[in-house]
Amino acid sequence: MTTRDLEVAHGGIPVGKEGIYSQQPILSARKLVITFGRVVGLDGVDLDLYPGEILAVIGDNGAGKSTLIKCLTGAYIPDSGEILMNGRQVHFRKPQDARMAGIETVYQQLAVVPALDIASNLYLAREERRKGPLGSVFRMLDKKGMERRAGQAIQRLGIQTIQNMGQAVETLSGGQRQAVAVARAAAFGSKVVVLDEPTAALGVKESGMVLDMIKQLRDGGLSIILISHNMPHVWEVADRIHIQRLGALAGVITPQSHDMGEGVAIMTGAKRLAPSA
Amino acid sequence: MSNTVTSAAAEFARRQHSPVQRVQHQLHARPWLSPLFLLFVAFVVFFIATPTFLTANSMGILLQQTAVVATLAVGQTLVILTAGIDLSVGAIMVLTMMVMASLARDGGMPGLLALLIGFVLALAAGALNGFLVTRINLPPFIVTLGTLSVYTAIALLYSGGESIQASHLPGLLNVLGEGFAIGGFRLTWGIVVMVIIYAVVGYALSQTAWGRYVYAVGDDPESARLSGVPSKRILLAVYTVAGLIYAVAAWELIGRAGAATPNAVPDANLQSITAVVIGGTSLFGGRGVLIGTLLGALIVQTLQFGLSQMGVDQQWRVLATGILIVVAVAADQWIRKVKS
Repeated sequence: MTTRDLEVAHGGIPVGKEGIYSQQPILSARKLVITFGRVVGLDGVDLDLYPGEILAVIGDNGAGKSTLIKCLTGAYIPDSGEILMNGRQVHFRKPQDARMAGIETVYQQLAVVPALDIASNLYLAREERRKGPLGSVFRMLDKKGMERRAGQAIQRLGIQTIQNMGQAVETLSGGQRQAVAVARAAAFGSKVVVLDEPTAALGVKESGMVLDMIKQLRDGGLSIILISHNMPHVWEVADRIHIQRLGALAGVITPQSHDMGEGVAIMTGAKRLAPSA
Repeated sequence: MSNTVTSAAAEFARRQHSPVQRVQHQLHARPWLSPLFLLFVAFVVFFIATPTFLTANSMGILLQQTAVVATLAVGQTLVILTAGIDLSVGAIMVLTMMVMASLARDGGMPGLLALLIGFVLALAAGALNGFLVTRINLPPFIVTLGTLSVYTAIALLYSGGESIQASHLPGLLNVLGEGFAIGGFRLTWGIVVMVIIYAVVGYALSQTAWGRYVYAVGDDPESARLSGVPSKRILLAVYTVAGLIYAVAAWELIGRAGAATPNAVPDANLQSITAVVIGGTSLFGGRGVLIGTLLGALIVQTLQFGLSQMGVDQQWRVLATGILIVVAVAADQWIRKVKS
């Protein structure tokens, strides 16, 4: 067996989307390193996210997917390396910093409050008050306005099954809850949305709904980082695929350049990418 | 094939909406409905059983008896909405009451100053509960079980276990026991203050962002935190505001009892929790409305008052209240299982 058999070619950029990749990345990471005691979490990882693309991040358990994402969203502070937004270095000390910079995260555990209604959840911690003294002195919430705008946000995502914004989130299905969480992340002028395993707990039909929603967000101009274990879902929606292995970047491929088998082979170390020309 | 499955499922969905489930759904959406219904039933029963029950005079007495516990229960509702519990309710009230009265009588302080110092003390006592819950991360049950003993002991040590008669106190400290009559219906200022507290806190809970955070923190603290709700600040604020409300109850109690007594309302803790629970607020946090608590307090007092007018022995009244609590919690569990 020669080394050639173990190597696969580089992925390059998606065909027909060259325009996107001639721009400056909206979010970049350079040589990120983070250690936890003796354990190396990230070993000099680079990442580039371009405007209006879906970048999937895949990797085996312990490959550093979550660690990488937590560094990008302010949950962890890397030991060394740089994070750049639109080419300018940023320092996130806490998740709120990343959120202020326009990076929203949809956590695996959803972060919706079951007893509150949909509109309240969409606007949680960003409530809008009534105009005039009712709002400024008496701090009265603009419930009607928030409900109306929440309805519009859900509609924009093409979710037909949710009609009543006054409905408690606990009465929704898993997919509908995920839709609320995603709508929340996509609202409020965010630029980057990070989705952590958004389809992990969903059935086939609901996964399809959520994947459609993710594409819709991308087509609306948002940049999306999608973490997933589900290879068919990744190959269905991703523009490019960032493969983590043992705390480092094993390579970036596209669904056109490599099939799922090759992707998994790179992820598990059965194959590796040829050095780039 | 798939058609049969779909129609069978659709049929099942239609079949689900039985009358019982519709009732369950309504009770879930409007948690104040069941206590309101219960209060109505109690009124009808006592109206039929005793001719003196539904008179203006009786109703005035009923409200006066309810005011102190109903006020305490506002603070208790806030704490329970955050999935906590406050066992130091009565202790903070008694401590505040003894300090206010003693400063005014022995310290010769003007009534307003004694009142304000009492308010600050209760605020600090509540804030200490909140500090222990949020910063030292102790369970609210343990924290307030401890401070219950601490505050009670301080109140007894400070007062020497001795009562202070209202006649020795400045008018301001007694004023909530005074009142006015509309027809035969006598209202005290204490009742008016109690209603104002319900209005203000009810507004804060239902119309402001702060109120939403209280519910969010109680229902799912982790999700609330991830959403950007300042959970610890909200919790600290809840315990502090609750302390302040207990001070108002202390003020009402001096007027109502005509004295500041260290062993006044010995079962204030249980009475306040009972009012909250019967009022439809869930002990697991995040669910309930404040008006339910007022209804709950009224139900307990109506039961006590009505049964005593019927000549029923005190022990039977306690028994009836106990059964009511168990039934209310069981009903809450059932209502929480609602499906859309």
